[in-house]
This record gives sequence, structure tokens and C-alpha cells, in this order.
Amino acid sequence: MTVCGRGQWSSSAAGPAVAVIEGGRRRGKEEKEGKERQEHREGLGSEVNPSHSNMTDSAKLHQPHPPPKGERSHAGDFSYVGIDAILEQMRRKAMKQGFELNIMVVGQSGLGKSTLMNTLFKSKVSRKSAQPNPEEKIPQTIEIKSISHDIEEKGVRMKLAVIDTPGFGDQINNENCWKPIMKFINDQYEAYLQEEINIDRKKRIPDSRVHCCIYFIPPTGHCLRPLDVEFMRRLSKVVNIVPVIAKADTLTLEERDDFKQTIREELRANGIDVYPQKEFDEDAEDRLINDKIREMIPFAVVGSDQEYQVNGKKILGRKTKWGTIEVENIAHCEFAYLRDLLIRTHMQNIKDITGSIHYEMYRVRRLNESNAGPGLAPGQAPTLVPAHTNGQTKVNGGPPNGMAAQCEVLTHEM
Amino acid sequence: MCVVLADLSKEQKVPAMSQSGEKGKFPETAGYVGFANLPNQVHRKSVKKGFEFTLMVVGESGLGKSTLINSLFLTDLYPERYIPGAAEKIERTVQIEASTVEIEERGVKLRLTVVDTPGYGDAINSQDCFKTIIQYIDNQFERYLHDESGLNRRHIVDNRVHCCFYFISPFGHGLKPLDVEFMKAIHSKVNIVPVIAKADTLTLKERDRLKRRILDEIAEHGIKIYQLPDADSDEDEEFKEQTRVLKASIPFAVIGSNQLIEVKGKKIRGRLYPWGVVEVENPEHNDFLKLRTMLVTHMQDLQEVTQDLHYENFRSERLKRSGRNVEEDVMDKDQILLQKEAELRRMHQMIAHMQAQMKMKGDE
Repeated sequence: MTVCGRGQWSSSAAGPAVAVIEGGRRRGKEEKEGKERQEHREGLGSEVNPSHSNMTDSAKLHQPHPPPKGERSHAGDFSYVGIDAILEQMRRKAMKQGFELNIMVVGQSGLGKSTLMNTLFKSKVSRKSAQPNPEEKIPQTIEIKSISHDIEEKGVRMKLAVIDTPGFGDQINNENCWKPIMKFINDQYEAYLQEEINIDRKKRIPDSRVHCCIYFIPPTGHCLRPLDVEFMRRLSKVVNIVPVIAKADTLTLEERDDFKQTIREELRANGIDVYPQKEFDEDAEDRLINDKIREMIPFAVVGSDQEYQVNGKKILGRKTKWGTIEVENIAHCEFAYLRDLLIRTHMQNIKDITGSIHYEMYRVRRLNESNAGPGLAPGQAPTLVPAHTNGQTKVNGGPPNGMAAQCEVLTHEM
Repeated sequence: MCVVLADLSKEQKVPAMSQSGEKGKFPETAGYVGFANLPNQVHRKSVKKGFEFTLMVVGESGLGKSTLINSLFLTDLYPERYIPGAAEKIERTVQIEASTVEIEERGVKLRLTVVDTPGYGDAINSQDCFKTIIQYIDNQFERYLHDESGLNRRHIVDNRVHCCFYFISPFGHGLKPLDVEFMKAIHSKVNIVPVIAKADTLTLKERDRLKRRILDEIAEHGIKIYQLPDADSDEDEEFKEQTRVLKASIPFAVIGSNQLIEVKGKKIRGRLYPWGVVEVENPEHNDFLKLRTMLVTHMQDLQEVTQDLHYENFRSERLKRSGRNVEEDVMDKDQILLQKEAELRRMHQMIAHMQAQMKMKGDE
């Protein structure tokens, strides 16, 4: 990628909300065409089924699947109305508006979080690149650092925010180290809520809610640590968590499979629902795809921002005395699957779940709490828990103290 | 492991030449007393008695401690290993597990005790995890002190911890706060040898950077790790060179494995990855051989330092403390005496007073 500008960053200790500053523009690298197409398709939601009548040339480009059985081309047909042209309109609008994505990375220091972010977006998007500091000191308390970038690829603009959490899990006493992070996430929901219930609100509310939280598990090869379990249990209720095994080049293939098996069992035993959550599968097709993904989480990833020549090709990797580890080679590590999940196939789905489920839960709880609050606009009478989220909170399982902890955090804020 | 014998064999050369005087190299000449045979006798006795060594391994779970110990001594010290799940780990405190194994090589017996510390660093709050370990080390010193001061000193079993391998995680950027605190707490009680675990996760540059970083942090916090003694001036060049190389490689970056993999027709121990094979005993891949060499050539030195430095420190502290206790008892007795005397005086006064009163009444 060629860098045309600098990324600016802001940081805050566990306390006041983070101000996100926009950074410079960057140009995208040539990716497969499928990326843009898929991303856009998800952006349309699932209610519009692409029909295949009267294909214009531009519309034809957006059909990644062959026409389903039973449909015939209706070019020039008498009964063609032209509803499918809405696809083109939505596409144009989305291109103009651009997309927003906020990813949070959580894990002990030294697990390769910043490197993985740089590898995912093939450019220097992490805080380490914005602030080159060779001597890494472990901070005394957990800090929340957010860096925002504008990325562009084939005319599609994306505002990407990477939220880093240095200091997590590094102290001797790590009790309650998840509190600052939960507070940050709830603060973002709060900011969005305040904007939403404003009388004079903006046409497009700036979305700083955390869409996805990537949790880095150290590759011990044995099982999850108590800290991992506690953190994931609490946070899987407020944000989409994607667990990954960091620095996976330390595990052989059998060790990797055993480790993943153990992790999956432990997640199940503790009632931790990571992304993609089983209950949010919309139909059989989704369930099929997501089941395949659920069989593979947590992804064992290796990150690198250094290029080497292997067989004449330039690849990202790590060079050691006994071989070169290729980051994008699925025989070596599962980075490609993670990238596909986060960016190419499920990005819109992640944002949808954040907006329609996690945020709604927060909103309902908040509005119920401030029942007679003067901050509410008239006509926004707080409703009881709607059926959708009600069923959802019951099914989420897990011990009740997770919810209690969140309520505690909320009341603490208010 | 053959290096142990090599040391002794050097001394075996001595009896052939006399060291006691300039005259004569043959036993029959005058001036030869014959105590040059002493090392021989010591050697025979120690071989019969066997050697004892206690090694403690400390580090977070999953750093490959057990695998490394098994690779170092080519045994399986943990045949039925049960690794508890995360939920069980929440309740657990640090435990001490000591397993002893007798290894014999070329007639030399070694009774090796490996002290494992499962649960270290696992809990969310690791504030107390080194208390148990320090208590264990002190208990061993205490027991030895007690045996030494006892009546029958013939069969003292030496269970003191001679060496502690501290496993540093290669995933961080150096030492964690827990590492620093723990090492500061035990560096005056036991010889610390820092080891970088799972070194196959680091490229060469990363490894050098990490080693330098760790050494800087150790110096910054004033942690006293075990220093290899310099080679004596009468040793040969090869040994001096070896010592120099060993000293330069601390902390050792090691990989452990007991799986045999076939590479170019040979069966070697290593780890098989899709991108290559990491060989455990290849000095270019990791420092495993250096660690093993250091351990076997300096086993004796480790025991000596434990005896002369750490144990003596403990002993003087202990005896000073118990001396102070005796003084306090004496002072208490003095105080009691004074109190009793004061009471007596008061009673005398009362009696005198009463006698005076009775006299007055009698007079009336």
C-alpha cells in the first residue's frame, strides 16, 4: 500500500470517553474482486433477493452466484418492472457514504496484536506504527487507545478505527481488568444513544460503537486461563468476540487441533457465546456457513508485516532457520480464514448484530433504568423488554453476575 | 552427560605424575609421599555414594517446563499427567510437587529431584503465588539446619533446592511484573537460571533482542541470577572457550521435545511443522545443548554455591533470630523479679504500719 498521509491517534486512561480523531487517507491495494462485491452484497441486507431479469452490464457484476434454479432471464420481457434496479441505487449510495468499522484488540502484551492488525489491513493501522517506540513499557493501568484511518479500495471508502488496550492482563493482580474495557464499550453505546434520542439529531449518527472485539489467547497448548474465561464471559454479552490463538507458529498441527478442541469445550462449558453466535443465525443457509466457521474457531493466526521472496512470489511471512512461515498460506496458519470472516464475508453481519442486538439490549436496559428521567424526549416512553431481546437475554445463559456486573457499571456511570 | 566423567578423568591423570615435589615422577623415588592418590579415593567414594541434585522449575502453565525436563534428562517424569481446565484453575493455589528419579550413567548414580510448581501465575490475582514456593525453599533449609545440628549426622539427606529454572514467556517484550517480583523474592535463597521457553516462536533477531532486553531488566532491578564461574587459568583453551560461550548465551532460549522425527535419514528429536522441522539438539536452532552442558558441568558448582552462599545466609539469619528470642526471655525474668521485689517492699511497709498501730493501741 502507498501511504499518502499520517494516522493520528488519541489515548485515554480508563476514565473519560475516547475522542476519535480522523486520520489521513490511504489507498487500497489490488485485492480480489470478490471482496468488494461480497462486502456490498451484505450491505444490502437479506431481504432483497437478486432477481435476474433485464441484466444491465453494471448489475451483472454483482451476481457472485449463478442464477438459482427456476429463474429465467427476462430481458425485454413484458412483465419486467425493474425492481431490481434498486440494487444499483443502493450501491451508489453506499459508495458515496462509505462504511465504518471499529475493531478492538484485547490481549496480553507481546501477543502480536498490532502486527496482526497491520497484516489484516495490509497497512500500518496500529498504534505502534503511529507512535514508533522501540522500548515497550507495560503501563501501570489499562489504557484504551483508539486510532482511526480512512482506507479506500476501488472507490469504496472505509473509516476504520482500531482500539487497542495496552496493559490488559499484564499486572500481577489482574482482578477487574475487564472493567475499563466494558466501561469503554458502554460509553460508546451511550454516546450513540444520546445522539439518537436527541430532538435535533444528525442524519447519519457517527458510529463509534465497537463492532468486533478480537481476543488473543496465548498459545500455551493446554487450555484457557481463568483470566480468559472471565473476560470472555462478561464481554460476550455486550460485544461480538472473535477469539484467536496468537503466535500460532509455536504449535504443531496436532497440538493446534487439540488446543482448539479444548478451547471450544471450555467455551461451551462456561456458556460463552462467541461470534458467530448460534442464536442469531437467520436461516438455514446462514446456519450452514456459520456452522463451518464454528468448527474452526478459534483461528490460529500468525501475523507479519515483513515481505519475503518465496518461489519468486512476494509474500508476508516470518523467516527462521528451519523454514519460512507464510502468513496467507492456509497450510501454515489460519490467517486467511480470519481475514475472510472479518472483512470479506461477515463484516456487515458483524455490524448488524452490534447494532440490532447488543446496542438494543443496552438501550432497553438504559431506558428502563432512567424511567422518569428528564433526559428522555417526549414520546419515547420506555417500553418493557421487547420479545426479541427478551428471549435473547434468557438464552444467553452464563452466570447472572455477568449481567449484574454490567448493570453495576451502568449505575456507576449514571 | 559424559562431561561429568570428563572432569573426573582429568584428575585421574594426576596419580601418574607426582605433584608433591620436583624430584622424580615415579612412585619408587624418594620424596614421593603418595597423597596424590587422594582424588582417586574421593572419586571412588562419591561414585559409590552417588550424587544428589534438586532442581526446581517455575513458570506459567503451558511454557513447556515438563517437556523440557523430560528432554534434558531423557526420562518421563510425569507419566500420568492431568491438566485441569480453566474453571478448576480458578480455585487452585500454587502447589509443590516433587518427583524423584534415579538416573545412572556409566556407573555414576544421580538422584535427581525435580520440584514442580503447578498453578504458578495461573490465577487472576497472582499476588500470593510465590509465598508457597518461598516457604518450601525455607522449609528445606530449615530441615537441613535441624539435621546438621542434630546428634546423628551420618545420613543427612540434602533436599535443599540447588537450582531454579525460571521460565520466561517468549511472547512478551521482556520480563513481566510477576517475573520481576518473584525473582527479587528468591534470588537470595536459590540459584536462578533464567530460561526463555518455546524459543521456536522467535526469529533470530527477535531472540537476540529479547535476551538483551531481559538482561537489561535484570540489571535494572538488581536481580542476582546465577553467575557461571570463570574457568580456572589452568584449564585448557577449549573449556575456557566453552565457558565464554555459555556465559554469553544467558538467558538460554530453549525448545524441548521428546518426539523422534526422521530428518535426512536420521532420527532426531524435534518438532514437525508444515514449514520445517525444528531440531532440539541443533545449536543453530536453540540453546538446548548449551543449557544441558551448563547444568552438567556446573552441577557441583551449583551445589557449592547453595551450600556456601544461600544456606549460610539462611543459617545466620535463623540463628540471629533465635538468639534475639533468648534475650527477650531473660529480660522478662528480670522484669518479673523487679515486680516481685516491689511487692515485697510494699508488704513490709504495710506490716510495719500495722505493727505501729497495734503498739499505739497497746499503749493506751
